[in-house]
Amino acid sequence: MGGVLGGCSTSSIGKKILSAITGLGMVLFVVGHLAGNLTLLLGAEAFNNYAHFLKHLMHGAFIYIAEAGLLLFFFTHIWMGVTVWLHKGRAREEGYEVAGNAGGESKKSLSSLTMILSGISLAIFVVIHLLHFKFGPAEAQGYLTTIDGQPARDLYRLVIEEFHKPLPTIAYVAFMLFLGLHLRHGFWSAFQSLGVGSPRLTPAINTAALILALVLAIGFLALPVYVYFGVDIPAATRVVALEVGP
Amino acid sequence: MTTNGHTYTLKVWRQPGADRPGRLATYTVTGISPDLSLLEALDVLNEDLIRKGEDPIAFESDCREGICGQCGIVVNGVAHGSKLGCTTCEIRMREFAPGSTITLEPFRATAFPIIKDLVINRSAFDRIIARGGYVSINTGAAPEANAIPVARDLAEKAMDAAACIGCGACVAACPNASASLFVGAKVSQLAVMPQGHAERERRVTRMVAQMDAEGFGNCSNHGECEAVCPKEIPIHVISRMRREYIRASVKSVLG
Ligand code: FES
Repeated sequence: MGGVLGGCSTSSIGKKILSAITGLGMVLFVVGHLAGNLTLLLGAEAFNNYAHFLKHLMHGAFIYIAEAGLLLFFFTHIWMGVTVWLHKGRAREEGYEVAGNAGGESKKSLSSLTMILSGISLAIFVVIHLLHFKFGPAEAQGYLTTIDGQPARDLYRLVIEEFHKPLPTIAYVAFMLFLGLHLRHGFWSAFQSLGVGSPRLTPAINTAALILALVLAIGFLALPVYVYFGVDIPAATRVVALEVGP
Repeated sequence: MTTNGHTYTLKVWRQPGADRPGRLATYTVTGISPDLSLLEALDVLNEDLIRKGEDPIAFESDCREGICGQCGIVVNGVAHGSKLGCTTCEIRMREFAPGSTITLEPFRATAFPIIKDLVINRSAFDRIIARGGYVSINTGAAPEANAIPVARDLAEKAMDAAACIGCGACVAACPNASASLFVGAKVSQLAVMPQGHAERERRVTRMVAQMDAEGFGNCSNHGECEAVCPKEIPIHVISRMRREYIRASVKSVLG
């Protein structure tokens, strides 16, 4: 695997292929993640059950396999993106005095020109997000509920509490706008990098990228906003927490 | 010089040599007829400079009718100017508002070193072509024209790609200074034709390797190249080049 990665990453086309595969892989994950998040709308039980289900799928192995894959994709994607970006500086050492846009069939856009910035923002977001929830307060800190009579983490209350604080809510909304910005160009570009492009296909894929970017960004940012304005911090679980807490 | 023409301010990149620093110099040209081409306006300015004993502006042109690909200037930030499907030599002065400022810069890429002023060295393209942008055939008696049947749609596709005049505007316009549209066109024009099939895998592998070795940037699919291409070659040739590359890589692994 390392050999193949190394071989691919040395040619300009190989780099884009790796970038595309890892990018599309993460898009799949993000779509699944959004679908999972929607269980939040069904209430505490559904959401906690869903989290519990994922954690214990395949006797707990699933989450580790998925995480290993995502980690590999995540770092490969960053590696490729940063190399492409660094190379760009070497390939044109002296820039133009006047910047212009040709228009016409060009797909150069705010999205395509800011891939490195939106990408870095998303990488930072992933770290914050993991610290926030995955490695955030759990049963021991009082976020305890019961599923099928067994003690389990009350992730629902943690989420609802977090999105009642203005700063995390605003930050999440902003980061999800970056997600949309990144996918607007990234999604169609991945297909083009894999050689999937033709006069008939490309316009369709390009439109699909716009729709996907909108759906994912709006889908993800709508949840924190909805929680902030429309969901009360659950009282029942608070009672449980008080009883068990220190 | 006629007196009833227009006046323009030209900001032109002046650089005495490859390793010398350059700068934008400002000139005023007067009496410019709207029917002149941009390059003719530069000729007018140069005659003026020569008369004053100054160094004329170096720029390239040959056919001055959009077929040779020699001319290439970034006009107001856009390679070959903002009119779609045109080379620099096809730009007329009437496209600029009288009295306006026109900025002229060379095509910029590390792989295209500046020789002087607006003249760049594009021999990197020649070296890429030398690595596979041809078909090896025995010359001799001309082959019978219909010996190898070619479907019309394939012939059209090949012709669309073969319209490339190698001007380098794709590189100049690419935010990453990638040569993918050029190499994509050269790979595609042969990849779709039966005559090109014999050297298909080796061609794409070698040409891409040479493109990378020349120091062109990576393609991020901005598509700005297609918009500035005077022959309007679509970025689909780039996806075809990638398909060819993937095909060649798979074949080299599987034997
Ligand atoms: S001078 Fe030949 S294309 Fe412009």
